[in-house]
Amino acid sequence: MSVSQRIRRKGKVNLLGNNRNWENYRDILIVLLQKELKVRYNNKLLGYLWSIANPLAAAVVYFVAFQILMRLRVPDYQLILLTGVFPWQWFTNAVGSASNVFVGNASIIKKVNFPRNIVPLCMVTNHMIHFIMSIPVIVLFLLFYQRVPSLTWLYGIPLWLVVHFFMVYGIALGLASINLFFRDLERLMSIVLNFAFYLTPVLYPLDLIPEHVRHYMFLNPAAPLIAGWRELLLDGRVEWLFLAVSAGYAALFFAIGMVIYRRLSWKFAEVL
Amino acid sequence: MREPVISFYNVSKSYPLYGHIRGIKNFLFNFPKSLTSMRQERFEALSNISFEVYEGENFGIIGNNGAGKSTTLGLIAGVLKPNKGRVVVRRRVSPLLALGAGFHAELTGRENVELNGVLLGLTRKEIRRKMDEIIEFSELGDFVNRPVRVYSSGMLARLGFSVVAHLDPEILLIDEVLGVGDIRFQKKCLDKMMSFKDSGVTMVLVTHSVASVMNICDRAMWIDNHQVRMMGDPAEVVEAYCAASNVPINTNAVNKAAL
Repeated sequence: MSVSQRIRRKGKVNLLGNNRNWENYRDILIVLLQKELKVRYNNKLLGYLWSIANPLAAAVVYFVAFQILMRLRVPDYQLILLTGVFPWQWFTNAVGSASNVFVGNASIIKKVNFPRNIVPLCMVTNHMIHFIMSIPVIVLFLLFYQRVPSLTWLYGIPLWLVVHFFMVYGIALGLASINLFFRDLERLMSIVLNFAFYLTPVLYPLDLIPEHVRHYMFLNPAAPLIAGWRELLLDGRVEWLFLAVSAGYAALFFAIGMVIYRRLSWKFAEVL
Repeated sequence: MREPVISFYNVSKSYPLYGHIRGIKNFLFNFPKSLTSMRQERFEALSNISFEVYEGENFGIIGNNGAGKSTTLGLIAGVLKPNKGRVVVRRRVSPLLALGAGFHAELTGRENVELNGVLLGLTRKEIRRKMDEIIEFSELGDFVNRPVRVYSSGMLARLGFSVVAHLDPEILLIDEVLGVGDIRFQKKCLDKMMSFKDSGVTMVLVTHSVASVMNICDRAMWIDNHQVRMMGDPAEVVEAYCAASNVPINTNAVNKAAL
C-alpha cells in the first residue's frame, strides 16, 4: 500500500477518561498567567514600573524626535502619543511574541495533552493586563494637561478591550500555529510589524493624514483600532464606525486563527 | 475478564520529515520539490501494532532506540494522532514528565508542582491539598522554594515523580527517568509503584533497564523494527530481546530488589 493511501485512512484517538472541567481550564490560565508575571518580574512593584517604563520611554523618544527636533506642530502631541503608544504596545507585543509561544513551551506540549490554545490565550491576556494597568498613567497625564477622563470610558473601554483582545488573540493563535511549521515566520512578522507601526496612526493623529488617502487606512486592521482607542482615551468619544470595522477584523482574524489552530493542533507534538 | 484501559487497534504512525520546510523562504524557493517531498518523505515509527493493557497492570515496553517506544507513549498520552488504526484510552493519563521536561526553570519547585498539576487536569484546590505530601515525598527540603534551575538532575527526577505519583494517576506513563535518582529514592519509587498496583493504577513503563521490566512489570512488549515482535511474560520477552541483541543475560540472577 502506498503512503498516500495510508494517510487518507486517518486514525482516531478516543480519550474517554480525560474529562477536564471549566474549573481546570480556569486554573491552567491562572497558573500560566502567574508564571509569566513571575518570570518576567520577580518584584511586583518594580515589575509594574517596568511594564510602564517601556511605552513611556518610547513616547518620550517620539516626542523629542518629532515635536522638538522635527518641529511637528500638533496641539497636545504628548497626549496623542501616549494614547496611541499604550494600545499599540499591547498589539505589537502580543503579535510579536505570538510566533514563539508554542515553540517556547515545547516541553509541555510534547508531553501533556491539554488544550494548547490556552498558551496564546494566556500570553494575550498577560499583555492586556499590562495595558489595563497603564490606563492610570494615561489618566495622570490627562489630569496634568487639565483634561478629565470621560464617563463614556465606562462602556467604551470594555468594548474596545473585547474587540482588541479577540483581534490579537486570533492573530496570535494563527501565527503561533503556523510558526511551528515555518520557523522563519517570526522574522517576517517583525518586518510586517515595523511597516504596520508607521502605517498606523500611532505617531500622528488621524487628521494629519491627507484627505485623499485617509480612507485607505481601513485596509490596515490596526489603524481603526488604535485611532478608536485614541478617540476614546483623549476625547471620550466612542467612534462607532471604527469600532464596527475593528470588530469585523477581530471576528475575521479570530475565525481564521481558530481554523488554522484546529487544523494544525494535532500535529504540534510531531514538529516540536 | 478485566476491562482493557488502553487499546491499540492496528495502529500505524508515520511522521513527515518536516526538515525541508523549516522556513517560508526555503519552502517558496523550492515550491514543487517541497510539496512532493512533504507527501512522500515520511518516517514510519509504528506499523500496524495492536495491543491491550488492562486495569491495574504494569506493562513494560522494551526495544532498541528508534523502534517506536516513545511514539507509543505519545499516542497513549494523546499528544500524537495515529495515521491509521484506532487508539482507545479509557482513563485519565498522567505522563511522567521526563526529567522535569514540563518544569519551568525560573519557577520554584512548589510553583512547578502547581503548574504541572493543572496541566495534568487537576484544579488548584486539589493540588494545594496534596502539596505537603508531594514535597515530603520528594525529600527536597528547602529546595522546593528555590527555582528549579539550581536543581540537580536527580532532584528534578524526584520532584517529577512525586508530582505525578501524588496527583491521583489512573494511567501512569513512565519514560526512562528513574535511573537518575539515588538508590534509596529508586527503592522508594519502586515501593510507590507497587502500591499503585494495589490501588488499580495502570502503569506503562518504557525503559532500557531489563531488570526493572522483570521486577516491576506483569507483562512486557518488545517493539522491534516498528512492529510488535513479542508480548507476554516479562522474563521471556527480556530473554528473547537480549538474545536478539547479542547481550547475554542470566534472568535468574537479576536481583529482585534492584531496579
